[in-house]
Amino acid sequence: MRVLVPVKRVVDYNVKVRVKSDGTGVDIANVKMSMNPFDEIAVEEAVRLKEKGVATEVIAVSCGDAKCQETLRTAMAIGADRGILVETTEELQPLAVAKLLKALVDKEQPSLVILGKQAIDDDNNQTGQMLAALADLPQGTFASKVEVAGDKLSVTREVDGGLETLSLSLPAVITTDLRLNEPRYVTLPNIMKAKKKQLDTVTPADLGVDAAPRLKTLKVAEPPKRGAGIKVPDVATLVDKLKNEAKVI
Amino acid sequence: MTVLVIAEHDHATLKPATLNTVTAAKACGGDVHILVAGANAAEAGKAAAQVAGVAKVIVADSPSLAENLAENVAAQVLAIAKSYSHILFPATANGKNVAPRVAAKLDVAQISDITKVDSADTFERPIYAGNAIATVQSSDAIKVITVRTTGFDAAPATGGGAAVESAEGVADSGKSSFVGREVTKSDRPELTAAKIIVSGGRALGSAEKFSEVMTPLADKLGAALGASRAAVDAGYAPNDWQVGQTGKIVAPQLYVACGISGAIQHLAGMKDSKVIVAINKDEEAPIFSVADYGLVADLFTAVPELVKAL
Repeated sequence: MRVLVPVKRVVDYNVKVRVKSDGTGVDIANVKMSMNPFDEIAVEEAVRLKEKGVATEVIAVSCGDAKCQETLRTAMAIGADRGILVETTEELQPLAVAKLLKALVDKEQPSLVILGKQAIDDDNNQTGQMLAALADLPQGTFASKVEVAGDKLSVTREVDGGLETLSLSLPAVITTDLRLNEPRYVTLPNIMKAKKKQLDTVTPADLGVDAAPRLKTLKVAEPPKRGAGIKVPDVATLVDKLKNEAKVI
Repeated sequence: MTVLVIAEHDHATLKPATLNTVTAAKACGGDVHILVAGANAAEAGKAAAQVAGVAKVIVADSPSLAENLAENVAAQVLAIAKSYSHILFPATANGKNVAPRVAAKLDVAQISDITKVDSADTFERPIYAGNAIATVQSSDAIKVITVRTTGFDAAPATGGGAAVESAEGVADSGKSSFVGREVTKSDRPELTAAKIIVSGGRALGSAEKFSEVMTPLADKLGAALGASRAAVDAGYAPNDWQVGQTGKIVAPQLYVACGISGAIQHLAGMKDSKVIVAINKDEEAPIFSVADYGLVADLFTAVPELVKAL
């Protein structure tokens, strides 16, 4: 079966972003970018399915500007067979990405789409569910274990209070949680090999999708700062402060 | 203008997250209705009718809704969605699972994890792990929203007298089925609703040490137990104790972080707590930058001492 893996280029998770002083957004010029960590887990899972002989082809997709090619090359270095870049310089929101992916699902007919559960920049946690809705497929979100058996997929999900296991009929959409797997490091020979793999570029117009943003961001501000705290010398002082100053115990 | 709140419940009782969502719904303006979608959920419906400020409760009862399968719950919401201006879900695992599915079928954007309602179409939400707050405006006819429960006070659970109406339950989609569940047993308060949380990090060193050191403190304070991602990944604590961007978002009265360095992803989950206490050996640890009271000490001596002093 064929597996489609959408990947997003985001500000590296180690970077502490700064809000621009004019309140229009966060400053991401000259900031290190990398693949969204949840998407790395998604690529890894797809490649493991291929190594197990379950998947036959793994296609990585990214939507955004030309630099997303780097992210696709990383996915191919992990083991994806080819890449598709949906190129646009417009701001893309989850609904638009879900529509672009729906068009690609129609075209490529994958049995499984594996996405990350959320991107660490917009923290939305929507795209996978939206894609499942638009393509009318079952969804297994926040997956920590995935097993394919025939035309069924068993997904263990991380939910509030524990774990639950669902059985989905294929084709299906799943989104990865942190504990699904540990992504491998890409090796230099694989990075070199990835450069030779096929990478196609399409535009939203080619796919017949209107990707215009629906939500308008009016402003982006710094979160309220916490007042400066104090260091206490010992446990007795701490207990005294909590009881008499903060009055929380 | 009428606002629909999708109840989080276990068929018999209403989960506290629903009450916070009702408060957010009231801030949107207009009447507030609650949808209780479940199987044999009449009791949860009755509880919802008691919530102050709710005009109507709709109970959809069907075996297809027994296990909160996204495909079926979304279909149930969609069956009545068109009569509402806003559809609000608590930002719980269930709410996050279903809300985007509903939004996509309605062809509207979804707004995740709002922490403030500025007006009926303008909302505030944290982005970049809480390092920035975005104010977003929606021009869609129906606003589909998930509500960060720690951003809103709970509506009073009693004092209301809403009419209860029943709706026909949707048929099963046939695309997914429930297999089983593993519930983490705990007699402690629920993490997201607890007044006090004591949280442990990698410094605890092992699962045994974690429970040996942290449990007495939690018992003494009547607190819920939390953990950093590092502690969860190392197997010291179960997954659903994880506090952070990718785990639970909490805002208790008192948060005690023991042996937690304070990575961005952890701070995103707890920095709205009223009072933060940090106990850490490393005085350079970033956790001290958000702590109201910091104690530079070895947690293996400081925590037992603290238990004794309480």
